Amino acid sequence: MEMSFTVRNVLAGATLLGAVGGVLGGFAFLRRQSLLGDALAHATLPGVCLAFLLTGSKAPLVLFTGALIAGLIGALAILGVVRGSRIKEDAAIGTVLSVFFGFGIVLLSRVQRSPAGNQSGLDKFLFGQAATLVESDVALMALTGGLALGTVLLLYKEFKLVTFDRGFAASLGLPTIRLDVALTLLLVMVVVIGLQTVGVVLVVATLVTPAAAARQWTDSLGRMLLLSGLLGAGAGAVGAWVSASAPRVPTGPVIVLAGAAALLVSLFLAPRRGLLWSYWRERRLAARIRRENLLKDLYRYGERLGGDFAAPVPLIHLRGVRGQGLGELRGATARLARESLVERIGDALRLTGGGVERAASVVRKHRLWELYLTRRLALPLDHVHRDAETMEHALDDGAEARLDEILGYPPTDPHGQPIPRPGGRA
Amino acid sequence: MTSALGIILVGAVVAASCALVGSFLLLRRVTLMGDAISHAVLPGIVLAFLFSGSRAAGPMMLGAAALGLLTVFFVELFHRSGRLKEDASIGVVFPALFSLGVILITRYAGQVDLDLDCVLYGEIAYAPLDVFRLGGVALGPRALWSNGVILLFNALFVTVFYKELKLSTFDSELAAALGFAPLLIHYGLMTAVSVTVVGAFESVGAILVVAMLVVPPATAYLLTDRLAHLLALAMAFGVLSSVGGYGLARLFDVGIAGAMAAVTGLLFTLALLFSPQHGLVARALRHRRLGNRLLGRIALLHLSGTEGGIEVAILRERFAWHGRQLRRALDELAGHGLVTLEGTTARLTAAGARAAEAAGAAEIGHPLARPPVGLPKPDSDQASAFGS
Amino acid sequence: MSEPREETAIEVHDLTVAYRTQPVLWDVDLHLPAGHLIAVVGPNGAGKSTLLKAVLGLVKPVTGWVRIFGAPAQQRRSWVGYVPQRESVDWDFPTTAVDVVEMGLYGQLGWFRRPGRRHRERALECLEKVGIRDLADRQISQLSGGQQQRVFLARALAQDARLYLMDEPFAGVDATTEQAILQLLKELMSEGRTVVAVHHDLQTVREYFDHVVLLNLRLIAAGPVATTFTAENLQRTYGGRSTVLTQAAEELLGRGAFDRTSAGQVD
Repeated sequence: MEMSFTVRNVLAGATLLGAVGGVLGGFAFLRRQSLLGDALAHATLPGVCLAFLLTGSKAPLVLFTGALIAGLIGALAILGVVRGSRIKEDAAIGTVLSVFFGFGIVLLSRVQRSPAGNQSGLDKFLFGQAATLVESDVALMALTGGLALGTVLLLYKEFKLVTFDRGFAASLGLPTIRLDVALTLLLVMVVVIGLQTVGVVLVVATLVTPAAAARQWTDSLGRMLLLSGLLGAGAGAVGAWVSASAPRVPTGPVIVLAGAAALLVSLFLAPRRGLLWSYWRERRLAARIRRENLLKDLYRYGERLGGDFAAPVPLIHLRGVRGQGLGELRGATARLARESLVERIGDALRLTGGGVERAASVVRKHRLWELYLTRRLALPLDHVHRDAETMEHALDDGAEARLDEILGYPPTDPHGQPIPRPGGRA
Repeated sequence: MTSALGIILVGAVVAASCALVGSFLLLRRVTLMGDAISHAVLPGIVLAFLFSGSRAAGPMMLGAAALGLLTVFFVELFHRSGRLKEDASIGVVFPALFSLGVILITRYAGQVDLDLDCVLYGEIAYAPLDVFRLGGVALGPRALWSNGVILLFNALFVTVFYKELKLSTFDSELAAALGFAPLLIHYGLMTAVSVTVVGAFESVGAILVVAMLVVPPATAYLLTDRLAHLLALAMAFGVLSSVGGYGLARLFDVGIAGAMAAVTGLLFTLALLFSPQHGLVARALRHRRLGNRLLGRIALLHLSGTEGGIEVAILRERFAWHGRQLRRALDELAGHGLVTLEGTTARLTAAGARAAEAAGAAEIGHPLARPPVGLPKPDSDQASAFGS
Repeated sequence: MSEPREETAIEVHDLTVAYRTQPVLWDVDLHLPAGHLIAVVGPNGAGKSTLLKAVLGLVKPVTGWVRIFGAPAQQRRSWVGYVPQRESVDWDFPTTAVDVVEMGLYGQLGWFRRPGRRHRERALECLEKVGIRDLADRQISQLSGGQQQRVFLARALAQDARLYLMDEPFAGVDATTEQAILQLLKELMSEGRTVVAVHHDLQTVREYFDHVVLLNLRLIAAGPVATTFTAENLQRTYGGRSTVLTQAAEELLGRGAFDRTSAGQVD
């Protein structure tokens, strides 16, 4: 396929931005400065306008420099307001963002009316028209991005430590404030090269979204940054490709949506942290707890009948015990019946032989744990039942055996109820 | 109605309704949710536009409110599940929704009479041209009416739920314990923010809404510690900004909405510098004064052990980072007759010796003389905005 | 203690520290002997953490100076290991236990250089010493509070320092970890190293430490536990508003004590 110069430039620019933004955004993400990038992007507007008003030039380097300086001033203003006054960080970011931008709009309207004429050159710088990227723009992006990535590579260890544990970094003699400044400076640089491709509003997404997605897949900083850069580059390439092949589709928003799609997949499906899996795990655990509780209730009923565990228990008695709904009860019963642990006899339930053993084991864990809490931790009696309710489902057989051993194989729980012995009954 | 008056009135009404809800965003430390919502409502507006085929206020409000709530829902989902920090949740949600809106606008440019530039930075100058007519009678700018209704709605919301808002903002756990459903209040507030943002959208644009939401309340926060005063001051600063912004825009022939935002910033800077209690100047002066006193006490302590006085140079060495202030502190002590400076030697007077003893033993040296830990220090920031 | 001539690990002279204008340490003079386990004890806000930070050179004092083994802190960085409070970092940070321990070697590495295989080995050894080598590749948020504290201690071990400054190493750890940490501290002491730890649990001071620094803005007392950790000094440290016993009760409630059946004695 033949690729036009424009498309090639857009593709190169968007991919480059995605990669650099992903890596630097990774640090911002971990330093809880995700929205700093947003503020810095907006803060560049007056810089761009002033650079033009002062020099009369629309050369990328001139506007770039103006944006860089204004962005840095914005970062300093946020820091100064937070340090020096009672205004909290979120409000400081919001204030700098909107006031700088407002001032920028004022200047922009000035530019519009200036004899030097149209503002189109500035417009594309700010609201992201990737299609206008030319080779020299891409070269400037590559230079800046390369510089930023090179610095991260060189100072990786130091950036990592100052991000994770400032106090310890300082105790080793690292200049923590200078490292902060360096990271902020790099962030401003990325923001500025992002303006032309995705625009003021969306720059923040090229920083945060790939990092947030990457974080879900790995627990190593190095791998996270790498993945974040790759995801960013991928989103950039997708955006460039889609907007080149479909009519009237702006590049920036597609880049952002591609990143957002990657994030959604990561948030829900990433192996360990995926929300879907944890939802599923919780559901399974809840179902198991319901089943075990049902077994326990049946066992207790039998205890009250003087140890007749084979007696059928009317369902109506089980419903009230812990306020579970009929549907939940039905689900638990069905599964237990499949495992042949209970039998359904008309409107009543009965433990089978295997069911009695399983139920005894649950009750045993509950009572052992209660005893442990009262004996070893000296918790008052009326406090232990609820704790035991949650722990009994978490204890495995090994832990149960150790508990038994520590407690000296006790016959009764703190309430005087017998503790069922393994294999047999109380 | 003249066009100038119309613009100023629209600006003032927008500013006032933004200030009302913005103040609570500020106190709840979620001002950036305002930023997020102001961008994220875009697809809601476009969709409402596509479905209703008109710029009627009703569907737009509905669409915006729905998207506003969706934003809050997603941010809370990612944040509460522990997968993302709050700032990151905000930073990923709103650009995605905004992008969706931009794509919708570009794809359906033919059907949607929304200009992206206008969305971003609005054009309040045209507000008076769109006149609201009822039965053929011109009743002033449409934007004035729509934003007026929103202002009324916000005022009602804040008045009716004043107690609940205050409590859930100050201590959401307590509010929950008392049965005030802080989550419901949270979503209620965010709905109000969404609706306010839409109303302001056309007039001042997405980003300058943020200025109106954030900056006047922040300015007021620098000047008062009481919630009711905060609300009143924030509204006053908002109105002042729109009046001043219009004036400046006319004077320098620049964009009106931008000028209004710039004036909010100007007022903020003034408050930041000169607020009597929380301003930088007042603080610096207070620190200098208290700092001198502290250094004075330390100087007394160092002098108290020395019979024949001590060389100022030696003293200065001990005050490594505060050599210059030491001189001021010593001068002050001398002014009070506690120290005599003879040439390069400083010496305690009899009164100074007594003062040194007091300073060392009682005034701050003894643990019992300290304020109980946990109470706000005189110049700390912990005083809340809930004086009464 | 009557050893004729002990080496001084930390010498603090005339130290006054203020945050803005609020004094947090007032004219502290202190000599801490080398080779001991030293507890820094005092009520909340007494300046305990600030004392550690001042020794490390992380806060600038108004007056006074600190020497570590006879030289300014800046020249002794490699001699000093630091264990910050556990809550001071974000445990959701994408990094593993062994990775955190490796950070203890960054000081020796110097700028730009990356840790290599040798450093990883050393980090693993340190994890071994604190008994959690098998958790080396665990993400740090999946560690219990006690295990996280052990990671921090392993990082300090990796520094191979002569002097360790620890900010509440026993805070919020389970009983087993508490014993393991204590064992480690004793081992460090037996190797001739010095440990200065901010400590909150008055009941265990006698059992765990041999020297104590009582601090409440001013230095109240410092010296061997036997002679310094007295009811009278405690009264002076904690003041009349909070007797030792209520303080101890607060400590017990506040730290979610685990497996503490016998209340320690403070007389």
